[in-house]
Amino acid sequence: MQTSLSIRAGLLSVLLLAIFLSLWQFSTMGTGPTTDMDPEYAKLMGLTATTGKSALPGPMDVGAALWNHLRDPFYDNGPNDKGLGIQLAYSVARVLLGYLLAVAVAIPLGFLIGMSPLVSRAVDPFIQVLKPISPLAWMPLALYTIKDSAISAIFVIFICAIWPMLINTAFGVAAVRKEWINVARTLEVGTFRRAFTIILPAAAPTILTGMRISIGIAWLVIVAAEMLVGGTGIGYFVWNEWNNLSITNVIIAILVIGVVGMLFDQVLGRLTRLVTFPE
Amino acid sequence: MFDNPFDPKTTLSSAGCSCGRHRSEHEHASALQATEVTSGEEKIYQNVIASTVLRAMFPSDVSRRIFLKAVGSATAVAAVSQFFPLATATEAFAQTGPLEKTKLNVGFIPITCATPIITAAPMGFYEKQGLDVQVIKTAGWAVIRDKTLNKEYDAAHMLSPMPLAITMGLGSNPQPYAAPAIENINGQAITLALKHKDRRDPKDWKGFKLAVPFDYSMHNYLLRYYLAEHGIDPDTDVQIRAVPPPEMVANLRAENIDGFLGPDPMNQRAVYDGVGFIHILTKDIWEGHPCCAFAASKQFIGEMPNTYAALLRSIISATAYAHDPKNRKEIATAIAPANYLNQPETVLEQILTGTFADGLGKVVQQPNRIDFDPFPWQSFAVWIMTQMKRWGQIKGDVDYAAIASEVFLATDTAKLMAEVGMQAPKETTKTFVVMGKTFDPAEPQAYLDSFPIKKAS
Repeated sequence: MQTSLSIRAGLLSVLLLAIFLSLWQFSTMGTGPTTDMDPEYAKLMGLTATTGKSALPGPMDVGAALWNHLRDPFYDNGPNDKGLGIQLAYSVARVLLGYLLAVAVAIPLGFLIGMSPLVSRAVDPFIQVLKPISPLAWMPLALYTIKDSAISAIFVIFICAIWPMLINTAFGVAAVRKEWINVARTLEVGTFRRAFTIILPAAAPTILTGMRISIGIAWLVIVAAEMLVGGTGIGYFVWNEWNNLSITNVIIAILVIGVVGMLFDQVLGRLTRLVTFPE
Repeated sequence: MFDNPFDPKTTLSSAGCSCGRHRSEHEHASALQATEVTSGEEKIYQNVIASTVLRAMFPSDVSRRIFLKAVGSATAVAAVSQFFPLATATEAFAQTGPLEKTKLNVGFIPITCATPIITAAPMGFYEKQGLDVQVIKTAGWAVIRDKTLNKEYDAAHMLSPMPLAITMGLGSNPQPYAAPAIENINGQAITLALKHKDRRDPKDWKGFKLAVPFDYSMHNYLLRYYLAEHGIDPDTDVQIRAVPPPEMVANLRAENIDGFLGPDPMNQRAVYDGVGFIHILTKDIWEGHPCCAFAASKQFIGEMPNTYAALLRSIISATAYAHDPKNRKEIATAIAPANYLNQPETVLEQILTGTFADGLGKVVQQPNRIDFDPFPWQSFAVWIMTQMKRWGQIKGDVDYAAIASEVFLATDTAKLMAEVGMQAPKETTKTFVVMGKTFDPAEPQAYLDSFPIKKAS
């Protein structure tokens, strides 16, 4: 029964994809030459204008272009034109750097906040105000004060990724069951030992859930940051292709961004399952 | 500057010109031009150095003359040489190398105005001057400004009003900036959405939403000028917004805007994609107007004079190369790839050769649709500032001539143009005609007062 369900789900997924692709193909088909054009003039015009081809590419165009990108993902034609693989590597490196910095700050800080109800209440208003700020709002400020676009991008990832982890860590630490703490106290366990052997394992699932939310946010932020700052990365790729009004490549970038984001999420999902415990 | 400083009859002290060595900007330029042809470089530098030294020793011209009359010029040279090694100083000034820095980053915005800056890379003009320049594509004017102010870029492609705005501290902290070379002249257009093809008279444009690339751009000033000449007040009758060039065509397609005065390739791209038509080329508003500039901070120029001169020489050579219509097709091919403009080659070819589709079914021939001329006429700067004032971007009194000579380094450019074998103009200002109205750079305030439509201030 279990296997047949997953087979049926898989079939349904394929069917949905097929319906989507054929609708897409159908809606982007050209209507043939619309107006009579001087051939001399038509030579100077794009396909959209001469053949009534839709401005949106069909799935076949996207597939062909995607194949081209995947065949040679690591070419380097100078500072403004690098392969999709290199662009992704830049983005992933930036995200990981900003994210790890955020982890290094958020988890110890969250621990402190979670262990002290006083601090927790005191910093809560700041966190609530800072949490919902968009990465694009931070960008000009970062560029102006840090005066380096590469560090600014990492800073923006850091500042956007830190909040879910901080809140979740503090929450997880504060919500450790009182009985366990009391047992530790009865056994006269030291503060450090209590933090590492009781609170940390107990709060780990909540902390990792926070980290999982954060990596998703970090990946969202990088595209916006790179579109603004430019230079390298998948966000720059989107901007550069938009500049060329190449919707085909923009769609490919969307696809790639989605796949990489999913991979990040899967990795942290696995980690969460590792530390989850039955009660 | 190249008069013999040991001649008691010459005047050295002055406040008039940009280098501080002449009575007036005019004399500065003509002295430079004259000696450029007549005497050897060595001699020129000798006199420049000697005048500087003498000027330092005798701040007052009167006392210098008395001194020279009393001892005679030969004795004066000998006396001065004792305190100051004139020969060594002359040598140091004349040397072109060594370059202080060879690896440079130059930012650009992917539009055809940047052609000289970009072309210099694939065509090897930077290499020829011993420079290793990375030309880096940048997302927008505000970003290119910030990255240049942050020194991530050593120099950059900017809109020609931007160095003026940065120097005056409009929209950023004031920082002395210079525009030692103009990139292109002409080469912009007003593009309208296809649905407006029967509303060609600007008087019918009330309520239009129009886009320009940046607040401090020739595009903004030209569009406002054009509208105002047709009796439309650009502040109240229409909406003008700043939209980055790549978003212009997308916005036109989405009918968010009715049209734009934008840089190419966006105008031709709108035609190519069948969303708009070219209403008027900016060359028909002001023939020979400047558009973009090559800009660098005064700090860079001061700290790395040799590198700066080499960089400017390569830009000027590339500009001369782009000026020649014979090279335009080759350039279109060189700058079309994703590393540079990332545009279909046919679009660039139509812009650069001036044989293009107008979007209404006609093939138009306008060979000087875009042209390239490095000379930064200081009167351009004065005109730009009159418009900044006209539309309320600057308030209060403006010392037009001083700022113009501070930012538009016409004499430097003239010297380097001569070095790479180009003919440079002898003057730094000229009058020109914008939509039938003559602009006299000597009378900016009168020009400003003559406009009926302007922002009340």
